[in-house]
Amino acid sequence: MSFALKVINISKSFPGVLANDKINIEIPSGTIHAIVGENGAGKSTLMKIIYGMISPDSGKISVSEKEKKFSSPKDAIKAGIGMVHQHFMLADNLTVLENVILGIENATLRNINKKKFKNEILEISDKYGMPLNPNTTIDELGVGEKQRVEIIKVLYRGAKILILDEPTAVLVPQEVNELFENLNNLKNQGVTIIFISHKLDEVIEIADGISVMRGGKHVGTVDAKTVSKSELAEMMIGKSLPKIPKRTSLPTNEICLEVSSLSGEKLDSKEPFKDINFILNKGEILGIAGVEGNGQRELTESILGIYPLSQGTITVDGINIDNMATRQRRSLGINFIPEDRQTQGLVMDNSLIENAMLGRQNKDMYKTKFKSVNFKNSRKFSNKIIDQYDVRTPNSSTLALALSGGNQQKFVVGRELEDNPSLLVASQPTRGIDIGAQSLIWEELREARDAGLGVLLISADLEELLGLSDRLLVMYEGKIVKELLPEDATPELLGAYMTGLK
Amino acid sequence: MKIRIRILSILAPIIALFTAVLICSAILNFIDRDPVETFRSMFEYGTSGKSIVSIINRSVPLYISAVAVAVGFKMGLFNIGVEGQYLLGALLAAAFGSYFALPPAFHILFILFVASLSSGLWAGIAGYLKVKKGIHEVISTIMLNYIGTGIIAYLLAQVFFEKDENDSLKVPQTNYLPESGQIPPLNNLLGIEDLPNLHGFVIGAIFIGIFYYWLIWKTSLGYDLRATGSNPIAAKFSGADPAKMVILAMLISGAIAGMVGMSGLTGYYHRYTIDFTSGLGFVGIGVALLGRNHPIGMALGAILISFLERSSQILDLKDVPKEIERIMQGIIILFVVIGYEIVRRYVLTSQIKEASKEVLNE
Repeated sequence: MSFALKVINISKSFPGVLANDKINIEIPSGTIHAIVGENGAGKSTLMKIIYGMISPDSGKISVSEKEKKFSSPKDAIKAGIGMVHQHFMLADNLTVLENVILGIENATLRNINKKKFKNEILEISDKYGMPLNPNTTIDELGVGEKQRVEIIKVLYRGAKILILDEPTAVLVPQEVNELFENLNNLKNQGVTIIFISHKLDEVIEIADGISVMRGGKHVGTVDAKTVSKSELAEMMIGKSLPKIPKRTSLPTNEICLEVSSLSGEKLDSKEPFKDINFILNKGEILGIAGVEGNGQRELTESILGIYPLSQGTITVDGINIDNMATRQRRSLGINFIPEDRQTQGLVMDNSLIENAMLGRQNKDMYKTKFKSVNFKNSRKFSNKIIDQYDVRTPNSSTLALALSGGNQQKFVVGRELEDNPSLLVASQPTRGIDIGAQSLIWEELREARDAGLGVLLISADLEELLGLSDRLLVMYEGKIVKELLPEDATPELLGAYMTGLK
Repeated sequence: MKIRIRILSILAPIIALFTAVLICSAILNFIDRDPVETFRSMFEYGTSGKSIVSIINRSVPLYISAVAVAVGFKMGLFNIGVEGQYLLGALLAAAFGSYFALPPAFHILFILFVASLSSGLWAGIAGYLKVKKGIHEVISTIMLNYIGTGIIAYLLAQVFFEKDENDSLKVPQTNYLPESGQIPPLNNLLGIEDLPNLHGFVIGAIFIGIFYYWLIWKTSLGYDLRATGSNPIAAKFSGADPAKMVILAMLISGAIAGMVGMSGLTGYYHRYTIDFTSGLGFVGIGVALLGRNHPIGMALGAILISFLERSSQILDLKDVPKEIERIMQGIIILFVVIGYEIVRRYVLTSQIKEASKEVLNE
């Protein structure tokens, strides 16, 4: 068997995280090879290394048994590797033909020999059975067709190894079928395909071999014909039981947050979450488990009044907040740790002092007698967060931008926890940060819970969920499919509910 | 560290100024004029008492125009429509202000109020279009400039015109403001007698500068505005309503723009005529860039531009093409922008360096 691509001992670390830890994967020529893993498992880092976008700290890559060193995607393309990104990189106002040849033609004043290019493109689209009209402009095309253009673009550059990053994420089921047909055609013509996904059904259907990644490590490679979905789910999520020592807590019977028959407004003709009902008591951490993209993000944002609802009511501390704007909800003490701290939780160009009052700028303590902004209190508050959460920064006038990711996260968590919230919605509170910061945040979350705070915790990290939560809800395709206690939850069981097996 | 950054931010525009002088010297040399002599005479003329008064007078509307633009900039909005906004505001203020007389202070306040209200609402249209229809404010404000010019022409010709002595011909200008609507010069107050009039609206410009500083850096509205300007998503999560912020920012920017024409109207034209000073809205953009949206920086920028404009008037007599002043303006603005960007990057990298030192120091 000859191998189209070998990844040998690849490691890559970013400040505070080991994104790839001695990865070894071999991909036979002319096969479809899937790489699965949860978000943050290190899939995209590995792909970026293979495509030459980032260089590994150590390890080697060999293409068709020859060792290669890539310093940019240009080198990877030259070696016959092409990548179709999840977000298309097409110029909408140009035609298919123009997009395919974009960047190939040197910018000169000569006429472009469109006829020649057109014939070449048609030849490829014939050969691989992917019909396309080179003269249509991109904005007239549907999502599936745009993806086809991306694939042809890559093939036109002579790719023999095709990396597809979550290609089905943007497609509707019929389009997925078409894509799979195309991929099988490509495979039969000798193209090797690397298929990145976290949708297990699809992976089992399309791939020959499946490599599973978890926490930056390569867990194993299995044969798609023999593996079962639950086995894969287990590999992906991990068998190890939570390392966080469980601590008993005594949730009260006082209701902190109650949502009833909550449905989100349609997004791409689908409701992101539907008919959600639950109660969160004071002094309780309620965890929501689920593979990312199953409506958790929209659900949490709707509690803050960002994502619009189509029906349902939310009450916090007995107050109905349905008609309140985000600002009013904030002033009720609904605090929020957003999953994306850099775009949703911080103004990166501003100092920590200014960021300390973000989201609570209308509270009285940030107003002076003359109703102007009280930066003195904001400075005090930011210094408190910096001390208590061990935020590594020269001082509080440093720009948020200058801090490392983990320190930014600690700052955001501290801000949301330390001003007497009545409810905390914590979305991925420890994603992408080092272990030290993680255990600090876990400890602070628990202390706040013990002091009577109700916390809604959304996380992709099962260890975190099982270790912190007093109760667990599992979301799958926008619905709550199961409520269970962490004591009763095994990774296998959770994995089954999370992937819709049960 | 902090001091070094301060020094750098002050040094950047000074270096830009010197670079501009050097490049212009080379150009002057190239066209066989003596650069030293040229700059010397410009400086001499520009610093004479007469010139200083004229420079301050000119700086007033430029400064206000820059502040109007800066309010937009702080929110991430590019209000190119200051031009149309202030002209329309000035016309309406002149027209309504000339209908009747009020007690002096009230009359002036009334005129200012009409100007800001009409300019503000005119700019508000662009904000509304952006929020409701997603039209970029650059497009809509440019278009509103054209439309505004058309409306002004119509109003002057058909509505607010003045009849000539025979009551037959329509002269396209408003009536004069009564004396109660005129702002007296400051000369008597300051005891400067043998110089041209120093416009009383200088005080207005100072107030506007203070108001701008207070609004942007001291109020929670300003906090929201700045947050929305640099990260609209985080601002939204913090409870700021982005749609409301866009409309408010345009209204405020427009209301300040309405003050641009007021030194001219209340100070010396005392009416709106077809000769009313135009173009201040566009120069204001350059001044805002020069002063980096800072209330004092923009004041210095306005004075610098006015100084260049004034001192270049001597060049005609010296047989040096006046256009050299335009070239200099352009070069200064360009290099100042580059300089600020270099300082900004320097500050950022040094902060990142310091922050990562903290991480390493266990």
